[in-house]
Amino acid sequence: MSLVINDLHVDVLTEDGPKQILKGVNLTINPGEVHAIMGPNGSGKSTLAYAMAGHPKYQMTSGSVTLDGKELNELSVDERARAGLFLAMQYPVEVPGVSVSNFLRTAKTAIDGEAPKVRTWVKEVNQAMGALGLDSSFSGRSLNEGFSGGEKKRAEIVQLQLLNPKYAILDETDSGLDIDALRVVADGVNRYTGQGDRGVLLITHYTRILNYIKPDFVHVYVDGRVVTEGGPELAAKLEETGYDAYIAAARANA
Amino acid sequence: MTITEVPNVAGAIETLESHLHPQPSFDLADHPSPNGREEVWRFTPMRRIAPLLEERANEDREGDPAVAFTLNAPDGVEASTLNRGQAPRGTVLVPGDRPAALADLGCEDALYVRIPANTEVAEPIRLEIEGRDAGRRSNAVHVIVAEPNSKATIVYRHSGSTQQLENIEIDVRDGANLTFVSLQDWADDTLHAAEHTARVGRDATYRHVNVSFGGDVVRMHTNVYYDGPGGSAELFGLYFADAGQHIEHRLFVDHNAPHTKSNIDYRGALQGQDAHAVWIGDVVIRKVAEGIETYESNKNLVLSEGARADSVPNLEIETGEIAGAGHSSTTGRFDDEHLFYLTSRGIDPVEAKRLVVMGFFVDIIRRIGIPDVEERLVAEVERELAASVGAAK
Repeated sequence: MSLVINDLHVDVLTEDGPKQILKGVNLTINPGEVHAIMGPNGSGKSTLAYAMAGHPKYQMTSGSVTLDGKELNELSVDERARAGLFLAMQYPVEVPGVSVSNFLRTAKTAIDGEAPKVRTWVKEVNQAMGALGLDSSFSGRSLNEGFSGGEKKRAEIVQLQLLNPKYAILDETDSGLDIDALRVVADGVNRYTGQGDRGVLLITHYTRILNYIKPDFVHVYVDGRVVTEGGPELAAKLEETGYDAYIAAARANA
Repeated sequence: MTITEVPNVAGAIETLESHLHPQPSFDLADHPSPNGREEVWRFTPMRRIAPLLEERANEDREGDPAVAFTLNAPDGVEASTLNRGQAPRGTVLVPGDRPAALADLGCEDALYVRIPANTEVAEPIRLEIEGRDAGRRSNAVHVIVAEPNSKATIVYRHSGSTQQLENIEIDVRDGANLTFVSLQDWADDTLHAAEHTARVGRDATYRHVNVSFGGDVVRMHTNVYYDGPGGSAELFGLYFADAGQHIEHRLFVDHNAPHTKSNIDYRGALQGQDAHAVWIGDVVIRKVAEGIETYESNKNLVLSEGARADSVPNLEIETGEIAGAGHSSTTGRFDDEHLFYLTSRGIDPVEAKRLVVMGFFVDIIRRIGIPDVEERLVAEVERELAASVGAAK
């Protein structure tokens, strides 16, 4: 049982036609593991996230991703979510007219296959929002509409907590957060991983969040490929050296 | 242009020298058949609506009327009929276009509903209007008078197949409070042209709610003017245009008295090839209308390619001494990004679309403020969405 990425190639559809972004990615995330994917802008980190979740602009051209043995490419976006995959988005869209509470209940019902119990659900929602520093008035607001950047990220983690997927991809959840918000969000993620059997793919540009969420493995991406891998010590090294050496090496090999 | 005195509209309206507002008249000769290039007809599919521009009598048959009317009026409400020229028929509404002139000409006995002074009617007055035949004409004139300080809700429900012309004149007298809901749930082959005109008295409150889901071509005028200061009018609308459907709402609020209020809020969703919605919102603020407040808004939600929404707000201001005036018109798309976000949380695509459209409509339904009417409209929207977007699981 694990989330397995095998020799994955992904094209992004642009106005000028498809453009290859991922050029053979391999990664296995076992339950209970936190994997950090780091890399400079344009390295393909977010492409990996969107392709796994099934965004229509990203096409898997070869290779595979399997979730507990299920081939993701054969599942629609909603089927992937129901299979246990969650993507905390870098830029959550605003959905006017759909209240947060209605959205959460609908999503929870879809994921669990049955409606949550009314009495405990409202309490659960309020607790999850409180833990992320969002007051209960957010329930009645339109989903993400008029939320600040930080509030959107907190709301993503509220969803992570309530939907409790088997595997979560966090796409630059740390970007744009001040230090207090970063702590609150990291605490939320740590509560989730604290269950012991959940897998996390933490995509980030900066090492800062790794002070709060401890990765078991660190993978560095440049130009659609893994250029180096290691344990938490790799993040500390990157903090000092930056990506420049890896970018130069990738260019030399190209 | 020639200014003709219209005797029944007692000098309340100074003539507007504007192409947007053709001179009202009962005389059919004043309403020649339009060719589609006129400003007020340019959005309308003329070929499809042609049968409604012909002079035709009610095409009722023995025991089989073109349209069946069933009135359910609670105690305290009086219903009777009025001949052409018999007051109060013709005191509030003077036909503004050819279909309205034809409706009056073709209707011998108008339905007259009177809510007596100081009467509060708790139960809604209901009128079921059921078309029997897409090839047959019905000309309807209804006169509704809410006498001073009365309070009532009227709900019209149009269904079935027909070619219907419909004039509804509504007199909301001083201090009265009237909510009028008109649901257009016609079959796909119905042609419907309507003019709903209200005169809002001193300190009176008027709400008009248009809900247009069905029909081949639906073209509705909703007009309001005032009969003294302090009157308030709220005009709400919901519509859902499916493939091939033409739904046109034309609003006209004439602020002809000081310290009056109006609020227009229409929302529509469009889906399918050649789904077409038209919304025209005209608000005129006369020189005398100091201290008035008005806002008009139209929002469209386009759910697929091939659908078109035309939205034109017009505000003509003849005095600067007003409390507030504004308008907005937006057209949004339910696009791939919305769909991706919602489905990435496990919600299936049909449910996601339903969730968004329902949210879009419920927002406005909740502002009606009459729980019974709100619940019924939510149910109607759910039924329409089940048919056009897909059923909830």
